[in-house]
Amino acid sequence: MRELSLHILDVLENSIEAGATRIELWIEENLESDTLRIVIRDDGRGMSEELAQRVLDPFVTTRTTRHVGLGLPLFAAAAERCNGGLWIESTPGEGTTVTATFQHSHVDRAPLGDMAATVMAVSLSEREVDIHYKHSVDGQTFELDTADIRRELGVIPLSHPRVRKWLQSLLAEGLETLRTPAS
Amino acid sequence: MPKLKTIEDLKKLRDEAQRDIKVRLETGTKITVGMGTCGIAAGARETMHAILQELEKREIEAHVTTVGCIGMCIKEPLVDIEQAGNPRITYGNVMPDMVPRLIEEHLINGHVVEEWVIGRLHTSE
Repeated sequence: MRELSLHILDVLENSIEAGATRIELWIEENLESDTLRIVIRDDGRGMSEELAQRVLDPFVTTRTTRHVGLGLPLFAAAAERCNGGLWIESTPGEGTTVTATFQHSHVDRAPLGDMAATVMAVSLSEREVDIHYKHSVDGQTFELDTADIRRELGVIPLSHPRVRKWLQSLLAEGLETLRTPAS
Repeated sequence: MPKLKTIEDLKKLRDEAQRDIKVRLETGTKITVGMGTCGIAAGARETMHAILQELEKREIEAHVTTVGCIGMCIKEPLVDIEQAGNPRITYGNVMPDMVPRLIEEHLINGHVVEEWVIGRLHTSE
């Protein structure tokens, strides 16, 4: 995939498939130590130790419509190409954490890409799931928790056209501030 | 993020939305985009983005939701359009550049774009 945000979306969709109701997505860009760290933690059904080990094998999947799962192996390969790696920790009944690291300046590192669209895709999921997205670039942080938004909205869904538009502009503005150096 | 301001915005939004939500949920248009690995790799996120932009541009208030893989990976990106009283139409291989025509013909003119249809589900109503 051309953008890391697409790999991230793919892992987030796995979390939704695993029945997660809450997902933490943390992205840390540290230009001084030249690292990019992506952590995705969910409260889904989790995996046995045996499955968590095998899930990086491209011929393993939990789905039944097709028997090859490529998402995590592709993400792991992208990280390994950039002096990083990908780790999975999972406990059945509790959830799964996927951590990926990259050398930030590595020539093969794909750009993060459109994180706003990735967070939108999850916010608009038919299965109601909250995402807590925290993204920092050299100490500047943007944070958004759809649980806070939902609490304010009451019965109005995140997919309501007006809410969706507001959420899109909030994400765009928030991510913009990350790319602007602190004054 | 300026928290106070955004929460005030939200409350205002909620009050506005509350008024028309019933009408929309009962009679509105629902667009569903497949977002499994297969969909994402085929460009479904961009297709979703194009749909959101086009709806906003044309001021159409349709619901848009995402779902996981439904098993027709070769036809991704998959887009379903459901309108009250009409069969649910599934379009296949929907790329962002096809979105303006899809919205114009299906949602505005009310004609199904037959050449892109890969499935049709008649509701029991």
